[in-house]
Formats: sequence, C-alpha cells, structure tokens
Amino acid sequence: MNTSPWAALLNIFGVLLVAVLLAALLTWGERRLLGFWQDRPGPNRVGPFGTLQVVADMIKLFFKEDFVPRFADIPVFVLAPTVVMAAMLLGFAVIPVSPAIGVIDLNVGLLFFLAMSSMAVYSVVLGGYASNNKYALLGGLRAAAQTVSYEVFMGLSLMGVVMMSGSFNLREIVQAQENTWFVLPQFIGFLVFFIAGIAESHRLPFDLPEAEHELTAGFHTEYSGMKFGMFFVGEYLSVILISALITTLFLGGWLGPWLPPVVWFLLKTSVLIALFILLRAALPRPRYDQLMHFGWKFMLPLSLANLLITAGVLLWIQ
Amino acid sequence: MYFYLTALVAIASTTMVIFNRNAVHALLYLVVSLLAVAVIFYQFGAPFAAALEVIVYAGAIMVLIVFVIMMLNQGDKAVAQESQWLRPGIWWGPGLLSAILLLQLVFMLRGGQTADSTALHYVGPKEVGIALFSRYILAVELASMLLLAGLVGAFHLARQKRREESGVQDAD
Repeated sequence: MNTSPWAALLNIFGVLLVAVLLAALLTWGERRLLGFWQDRPGPNRVGPFGTLQVVADMIKLFFKEDFVPRFADIPVFVLAPTVVMAAMLLGFAVIPVSPAIGVIDLNVGLLFFLAMSSMAVYSVVLGGYASNNKYALLGGLRAAAQTVSYEVFMGLSLMGVVMMSGSFNLREIVQAQENTWFVLPQFIGFLVFFIAGIAESHRLPFDLPEAEHELTAGFHTEYSGMKFGMFFVGEYLSVILISALITTLFLGGWLGPWLPPVVWFLLKTSVLIALFILLRAALPRPRYDQLMHFGWKFMLPLSLANLLITAGVLLWIQ
Repeated sequence: MYFYLTALVAIASTTMVIFNRNAVHALLYLVVSLLAVAVIFYQFGAPFAAALEVIVYAGAIMVLIVFVIMMLNQGDKAVAQESQWLRPGIWWGPGLLSAILLLQLVFMLRGGQTADSTALHYVGPKEVGIALFSRYILAVELASMLLLAGLVGAFHLARQKRREESGVQDAD
C-alpha cells in the first residue's frame, strides 16, 4: 500500500465517500429492483429513471421536523442512530478493495469487522430503549436477542476460512484464494455467514425488530427526519459491508481475469447486494420463535460441524 | 502520550459508571470504559486481546446486561432511589478501602516493582492460541466446565418455569 499521506487521505475519504454514496444510491436501487421483480415500475419520476429520487428523499428528510418525544431518554435517543453509522463506516476500514485501495491493513482485520458489527447492535437496542415506547422496546428486545445469537455462529462460520488461509488478515485471505475461491471448499461456511449477515443487518426476511405489521416500525417508531435517515443508511451500509466481506472472504476479493481489480471487487459486491434485495422480494418473514430455533438448533450445529470437518481435512492433508 | 489519553478516558468513564444515577447511562459509560481498555491493549501489542475485549465484553455481555436493565423499565423513580443511596455518608467505607489500595499501588510504583512497560512485545492471535492450548490448557478446560455448568443450570431453570405455566402453549 502507498504510504504518502496524501494517498492515505485519498484512500480514507475515497472509501468513506463511496460507501456512503452507495448506501444512499441503494435506497433508490432497492426500490427499483423490488419494483422490477414485483412487476411494477418503482420510483421512476424524479430525473432519468428516477435516479434523483435519492436527492428528493434527502431533501424531504432534512426538512421534516426533527421530533424528540418528551418522554424519551434524550441523550441516548440522540446517540442511538449515530452508533450504527459510525460502527459500519469503521468496519469499511479493513475491507481490501484492491491491492492499492483499502484504508488499513490490520493483522486482526476479520476480528475488527466482527467487533464493529457487534457494536452496531447498540444502535437498535438503545433506540428501542430510549424511545420509551412499548413497540420500540419490543423491537429493541428482539434485535438484541437476534443479533447476539446470530453473532455466535457468524464468527464460527468464518473460522473455516481463517483455518484454510492461516490468517485473520483480509489481504492475506484474498491472496490465499489465488487458486480456488473459498466458496467451493467452504460452501457451508458461506451459506451460514450469508444468513447470519442478513440477520445482523436485520433485513427481510429477518427484520423482526421492525416488523411493521406487528410492531408499527419497531425500534425506530419514534424517530423522524435525519435520525430515521441514519438508521436507514446504516442498514444499507451494513448490507454493503456484509456483501463486501463475503466477496473478500469467499469470492476471491479483487482476484479475476482481464478486468482491473477494483472492477472485479465492485462487480462481485453488487451481485451480492442484488441477491440481498432479491431475497427480500422473494421470502416472507418467519415467526420470532422460528427464527431463534433455526439459529440455535440448526445453524449453530451446522457451523460447528463445518469447523470440525475443515479442521479434520486440513490435518489429514498435512 | 496516546496511552495517557486513553487511560484518562477509561478512568473518567469508569468514574461515571459509579456516580451516574441512571442505570442505562452508567452501563453506556461502562461500554466506553471497556472500549478504552481495548484500545490500550492494542497500543501495547495485543491486538487479539483487544478484538476479543470488544467482541465479547462490549459487544455481547454488555448487550445482554442492557437487555435485562431495559426490561426492568426503570424510570425517574429508580433514579431518585439511586440518589438516595449515593448520600455522602455512605462513601466512607468503600472510599477508605480503595484509598488503602491506591496507597499500595503508589508505593509499588515508587519502589519500581513493575515490569518495564516500554519494552513492547507483539502477541498475535497465533501466540495466544498456542499459549491457551499448551501452558494454560488446564485453565481453559476448567473455564469450559464452568460454562457448561452455567449453561445446564440456565436450561434447567428455564424448563422449570415452563412446566409451571403448562397452560401456555409454546411459551418461549
């Protein structure tokens, strides 16, 4: 990586800017794709193909009254939406976009990502608590239980990759995939991580913390204006982050023939993001107890078995 | 220099944990304090310990504690009760005991009985793993037994409750 301070600054702000812009663009892209899959136009009025919908939404959010309920725990209420944004943007620091692009080359990069995704839980939990509202509290409770339990095997599912590459460093993991992408030998790990990733970013079908037909809007019921916007952008950021991480860990990161590395990385990530949206369009939401049963009784044993088999095979080969 | 800044954050937030009257706010300060400790670990060449500090303590255990406190629904009444408990007269006992510990610490630091903290040595994930499963294998096994006992105990308690409410279907 380049060491001159200007290149470093360009790197940092470039990654930040692209991440936030992509998240903003995704608010439009998701609705367009959903519309496409559900046989309706989606937002297509503002600008060419509706691309300026993002700007229209932003103006609307900024001009809404920034309402803080009287009964809320005000400092925590204000703090909550910032946590998810901050944690997710910090998470982008370890993503190696290409050999030259990437903010920091951390030796424990993978663990850093796990740490940041576990910090993002506070946003939802505190938002639910501080709103002092029954629906929000229920949403916060669900979010806490869901994320803490899915985090367990989110970490475990990645250990197969760590064992095969022998490193927590994301760049070394990408380089270890020179011959085969880890999605083939670690297919179970890939599936488990993908599902856990959906649960971590609480997207449909695992969006029980904000299930609108039972909890109005869950943890962000009381939020309006840009505070709500931050929750929203934070969710998209986590979708992008999880997709970028799956690309790095299982799909060979920037590796690929002919095209430049950055293009490969963005291409793979966008396909995964589209997959996230397709899942949302296709699948209904499970019941809450079904979600927890599925997590603890199916996914956890599966990821443990994957871990055991990977370790066994690696020992056998050596 | 960075160390002193981080240490200051850790100490200030820990003090706020003790003196804050709102349980959730106090817990949030505890999270900040844990994060500061993680940063200190990182600065002193133990990135693995730092990452685990954030993932396990700040990210999982504290979330569960916040979870429980949230359900207790403590409002202004709990804050009033807490301020009654934190009357100045009550501080004498713990204050005196901590002062003794502080004096000991000061004497030890003056006597130079501390490791040389400037001599950093890097402890990566691999070293931690090797140490855990060779030198400290007994401690690891004991900890796992303790955790298993806790798990079985929690399971037993949860089951007992469900049998009493046998009228309720699927009460989990």
